[in-house]
Amino acid sequence: MKKTPLNALEHELGGKMIDFGGWELPVQFSGILEEHEAVRTAAGLFDVSHMGEITVKGPDALELLQKSTCNDVSKLEDGRAQYNGLLYPTAGFVDDILIYRMGADDYFVVVNAANQDKDFEWLADVAKTMDVEVKNEGPNYAQLALQGPNAQRILQPLVDVDLSAIKYYRFTRGHVDGVPAIISRTGYTGEDGFELYIAPSESQRIFRKLIETGEVKPCGLGARDTLRLEAKMALYGNDIDQTTTPLEADLGWIVKLDKGDFYGRDVLERENAEGPRRKLVGFEMVDRGIARHGYPVVDGGEEIGVVTSGTHSPTLKKPIGLAYLPLEKSAPGTEFMVLIRGRETRARVVPTPFYKRRK
Amino acid sequence: MTPEDSKYAKSHEYVHMDGDVGTIGITDYAQKELGDVVFVELPQPGTQLEADNEMGSIESVKAVSELFAPVSGEVLEVNDLLRDKPELVNTDPYGDGWMIKVRLADPSEYDELMDAQEYEDYIQTESH
Repeated sequence: MKKTPLNALEHELGGKMIDFGGWELPVQFSGILEEHEAVRTAAGLFDVSHMGEITVKGPDALELLQKSTCNDVSKLEDGRAQYNGLLYPTAGFVDDILIYRMGADDYFVVVNAANQDKDFEWLADVAKTMDVEVKNEGPNYAQLALQGPNAQRILQPLVDVDLSAIKYYRFTRGHVDGVPAIISRTGYTGEDGFELYIAPSESQRIFRKLIETGEVKPCGLGARDTLRLEAKMALYGNDIDQTTTPLEADLGWIVKLDKGDFYGRDVLERENAEGPRRKLVGFEMVDRGIARHGYPVVDGGEEIGVVTSGTHSPTLKKPIGLAYLPLEKSAPGTEFMVLIRGRETRARVVPTPFYKRRK
Repeated sequence: MTPEDSKYAKSHEYVHMDGDVGTIGITDYAQKELGDVVFVELPQPGTQLEADNEMGSIESVKAVSELFAPVSGEVLEVNDLLRDKPELVNTDPYGDGWMIKVRLADPSEYDELMDAQEYEDYIQTESH
């Protein structure tokens, strides 16, 4: 199994380690509910070093990213980050990614761990006829996510930049306890917080330093999943993949049809005009039970959709989930049946996100 | 530690006997493996259980697991406290976190379960 640079420290801190797509990572330390609550009310720290980093540099860097994604990368300025979809010509997701603009011809792309090689190959392939250099930089970065309402106050004494000047989805270069870092006000929890990209060799020391403030709880993948699901942030491999389009996934806000040509644009134009045939919706359970990833949605014995994510929401204290439903059955309030271990169990479409932080 | 006065199934349920009635729940090891329990689905009173067959399910935040009947018999009582407080399975698995009471159909099934020492040896090998 692959290990992040924080692996030894995670064992030392009592992390319960699991195999996550070939990476040995902690699913929890003290417990998912406790870690979840720490992030919602105070601060939690995640090792997300398994995420991949790809740099795109050169005169055609913007052209490459515009061609291969659905959001408008030309809208980025230096110091800003953008959530985007890397698409196939079918408009299915290669991956969902974050693009940081370091300079006019210099971009830093953060990708999902399991997709790192695939994304790199796809970008390199599209770039073949262009004047641009695509490099896989994953092994050169550790990534820590400090998330929660207290994140700024806790991190500020350790850094040499004014964190209050970094707005949501912006970043700066600076130092964390003397270590060069990309400091980004982003996250995957629906809470305020920062993501730090630093050298792997310094990551244990920084992680430990943050924990030793006594104000930060180490958190695992379990809480990361419940937090992101409450905020309705998509998980590649669960909610989106190569068979789903951004419009089906209810990610219309990252589809910019007027930005010029890109892979999948014709498919998305048609879906935009006619409506996608299915849509990713949030749901709650009406009957008792938890509908989880892969459970079928049925109607009169026929399978009409599928649950892509489902868990017990620690904040709402009830089961929630995401499912693909036919467009005509996707309006909030619509009831449907999920097959939970052979039993038809009632669920209801609800507005999302399930949780929104108070600004 | 594992209570000496109960016996244990490989699927990590315990049976505590009182006369011919067995109280069934999951072990401390099992609750730790599951993590935070949020929902327990149990058979209704009157249900006839058959040993080693699925008798319900237990949902933690991260996953669902099946519960297996460690012995055969009729379900006499279900722990209603778990409906509103499933976390009792985590905090007090051998006490208030019990799940069902069963009148054993065949007491020899109880005899065949592991005792506390055997169960501890068993989880040692299973967790390595």
